[in-house]
Amino acid sequence: MTDYNFAYLDEQTKRMIRRALLKGVAIPGYQVPFASREMPMPYGWGTGGVQVSAACLTPDDRFKVIDQGADDTTNAVSIRKFFEKTAGVAVTEKTSEATVIQTRHRIPETVLSEEQILVYQVPIPEPLRFLEPKETETRKMHALEEYGLMHVKLYEDIARHGEIATAYAYPVKVEERYVMDPSPIPKFDNPKLESAALQLFGAGREQRIYAVPPYTRVVSLDFDDHPFDPSKADHPCALCGAEDSYLDEVIVDDTGRRMFVCSDTDFCAGRREDAA
Amino acid sequence: MYVAVKGGERAIDNAHAWLAEERRGDRAVAEMSVAQIREQLSLAVNRVMAEGSLYDPDLAALAIKQARGDMIEAVFLIRAYRTTLPRFGASEPIDTGAMTCDRRISATFKDAPGGQILGPTFDYTHRLIDFALAAEGDAPDAPQTTPQTGKTPHITEFLAREDLIQTEPAGTETPRDLTREPLDFPADRALKLQALTRGDEGFVLSMAYSTQRGYGRNHPFVGELRVGQLPVEMEIPELGFAIELGDITVTECETVNQFTGSKTEPPQFTRGYGLVFGHTERKAISMALVDRAMRWQELGEDNVGAPAQDEEFVLSHSDNVQATGFLEHIKLPHYVDFQSELELIRRLRAEAMATRAQEAAE
Repeated sequence: MTDYNFAYLDEQTKRMIRRALLKGVAIPGYQVPFASREMPMPYGWGTGGVQVSAACLTPDDRFKVIDQGADDTTNAVSIRKFFEKTAGVAVTEKTSEATVIQTRHRIPETVLSEEQILVYQVPIPEPLRFLEPKETETRKMHALEEYGLMHVKLYEDIARHGEIATAYAYPVKVEERYVMDPSPIPKFDNPKLESAALQLFGAGREQRIYAVPPYTRVVSLDFDDHPFDPSKADHPCALCGAEDSYLDEVIVDDTGRRMFVCSDTDFCAGRREDAA
Repeated sequence: MYVAVKGGERAIDNAHAWLAEERRGDRAVAEMSVAQIREQLSLAVNRVMAEGSLYDPDLAALAIKQARGDMIEAVFLIRAYRTTLPRFGASEPIDTGAMTCDRRISATFKDAPGGQILGPTFDYTHRLIDFALAAEGDAPDAPQTTPQTGKTPHITEFLAREDLIQTEPAGTETPRDLTREPLDFPADRALKLQALTRGDEGFVLSMAYSTQRGYGRNHPFVGELRVGQLPVEMEIPELGFAIELGDITVTECETVNQFTGSKTEPPQFTRGYGLVFGHTERKAISMALVDRAMRWQELGEDNVGAPAQDEEFVLSHSDNVQATGFLEHIKLPHYVDFQSELELIRRLRAEAMATRAQEAAE
């Protein structure tokens, strides 16, 4: 694909995205508007993450893409191929070997280092969107740090169900200032948002970029008497035996029997290799 | 035994090969050329150019061929290509008064300078399937006449002379570019018009229709609808004057809307405006109606809470490439978020059932 620039986007566009990224890093959790481009893949399929990755990648990088924790899900394969083709960068499935990791819906189980960048694909960047559909209103609420509506929602959950009925995209407060949507990761992953790695969030269709710089405080919203609980299925992985990883439930036969396996395929494969 | 879902890469390659085969269809039937699509499916080409925001009939025809006739997919192909093109500069504003009109009608005056020109329209055709077309019958030659030369004045100019219609303030600022800056609210009128002209035809049509049926009613008359060719010029800094780049076909609609006055404005007709690439009448008229509905604030009208009055609602949902992408992304795997929901529902359900059992026991 010689007709396109390195990593597809032209340098002017990358510069525009990098400016938004720098602003995002400077104001952790704040949603920076950016002039998202039409990418050669549909909106909603990771165009925000792809644009952020394109703006971050250098020829020396080693790139990993996961979707639902797995490297071999179709859209992860498609995005990885896109950058292999347009940037010619090395790719890997090993979390520890990657310098840039693009993800959808998961944070890898392997602890990330200062040398790594984690790029999230974000569908709806606004954590207040389902409480208030108007962008003009939600921007005002963030500006005034007016998050009462969110707390009322969480309280109503407890009043009605006895617990906070949000299982993924669980809202967090970043560095005691902005309430942020961590993208639709299961709440099990929320504690991992406090990381040594730089975390960048791209929402293409909604034209927003935000960031969590390394070692930033990220607190999942809760109440003193109802503390945040990063729950997961109460099973070990049927393949590697891990008790501390997030599990996918798989239906294995016609009678509906289930088995539970690691959602992070690299983590699971690594553990099985070590055991062998 | 559980086998991890492998082979995504091969599955994708095979799917693409199958898709190409399906696109070609039965090989016993002659393949369609891009020129055939451009010439014989020109209204489809126009729609793709309008919503793709790129005036290139050949490329639009190719996109339609590649997309197997899926219009939104074709629009998407054009958009993804357009965004990679370098910007050399901006053209001079086009002068629609200088248009060579193929069609020009007014619903407000029986006759006016420049005349009523019906042009190539479906309007008065009887919608009977023409089986002769199936027999590859060639089209008869249409009668010819000498084209009008000179400017065709806009109908609303005649109302403006008597101050019966509001005058639009001339703007000197270069309008912002929706495709180079993130959309933010409140949007100015130039930005709203940009969003509408590239908006989905079906969406803009339905929004316009909703105003006619009473959701933000602003009784429109088609003051004028014109379709034709006009030149696009660009000033070259090295030359110091504008040169002609080529001709484009556009459709322009100006509506004349009833307005009995408000606290801030005297009784006067008001305008809605639509301008779209190609021969795209339905879209241009729809655009003018929605434009007018969104002007309630500027004219001091009441917000009756109609969807078409809500610029954030209209502009955030008018783009079909965005809409279809987000809608169709729910086909992607969601195992992880679904799993977390599954566990939550099981837990909540177990608690609810336990409570119910306890109540029954008491």
